[in-house]
Amino acid sequence: MVPEHPERPEHPDAPDAETAALALKILVAGGFGAGKTTLVGAVSEIRPLRTEELLSEAGRSVDDTDGVDRKVTTTVAMDFGRITIRSGLSLYLFGTPGQDRFWFLWDELAQGALGAVVLTDTRRLEDCFPAVDYFEHRRIPFVVAVNCFEGARRHDARSVYRALDLDAGTPVVLCDARERDSGKEVLIRLVEYAGRMHTARLLDSVG
Amino acid sequence: MTEHTTGAPHERGGHWYDREAGPLVRPYAMTGGRTRPGPGGARFDLIALVTLLPGAPGTDDPALGPEHRALIDLCRPETQSVAELAAGADLPVGVVRVLLGDLLERGSVTVSLPVPPAHLPDERVLREVVRGLRAL
Repeated sequence: MVPEHPERPEHPDAPDAETAALALKILVAGGFGAGKTTLVGAVSEIRPLRTEELLSEAGRSVDDTDGVDRKVTTTVAMDFGRITIRSGLSLYLFGTPGQDRFWFLWDELAQGALGAVVLTDTRRLEDCFPAVDYFEHRRIPFVVAVNCFEGARRHDARSVYRALDLDAGTPVVLCDARERDSGKEVLIRLVEYAGRMHTARLLDSVG
Repeated sequence: MTEHTTGAPHERGGHWYDREAGPLVRPYAMTGGRTRPGPGGARFDLIALVTLLPGAPGTDDPALGPEHRALIDLCRPETQSVAELAAGADLPVGVVRVLLGDLLERGSVTVSLPVPPAHLPDERVLREVVRGLRAL
């Protein structure tokens, strides 16, 4: 174990560990209309974000590249929100763009992410399959949040878990994305789960 | 110049421009056509944190454009993430990255490196986050 020495001059130019601001990134994924924007808006002050992406870069992950020579950039809109835990510690939520052709953006969003929430609507459970696959393949901790829309048939967490064929231990949380407390609970479950996953991997790498 | 909204071919200039081309001022015009940050060239993460340096050159510098100044002004009250700067200045993230590269080279700001996945926060920080979320 390395003892804590905040004054240790590892990087003389960098602010020391005690004062350096820390930003954590959580992705909110799911199919179109699953409630991503609603969830981000329920727990944080939501703001729209535009990224102007070069299609010459994006084109690598897009099969149909017709017309790329005519239009070299495309605008992708997504939602993001910030939750300030304390001064110098903030959580940033990013609603991932739903369309498949923006997968290349996911790679950037996922880089260094603490974890992800995969929102799903049981009426269209299959819409969240790509997101589940994506995070499982990259070993990014995620929870599945079942958005219980009014009037939607109530599913229990176990049947969703089975239907999605989730890896053992992946939490499934029933939620109402409109409710702040419900959204908070989803994030808490994710942070706790990400912590357990991270610790387990550290132990794996040592043992 | 609004002819393009009709979708009809441009009268004098031929077919050089139509509504498919998007807005007239392309976002990267603000960066002098540059799409990547300068020689220091990191692709800043969306949650990389930008801090204004105390002794930074002032915004009256004629070499700075209005967008550079807008970013500096946004950073003045407190450290901002790249995503917040883009939303705050109403600029696409790619443009903000190029402009931040300029500010970094001029010594106006510092930009934190993104956290590598292997160095995710320790349990103590995560417990603090959970407590903070409960208290929201």
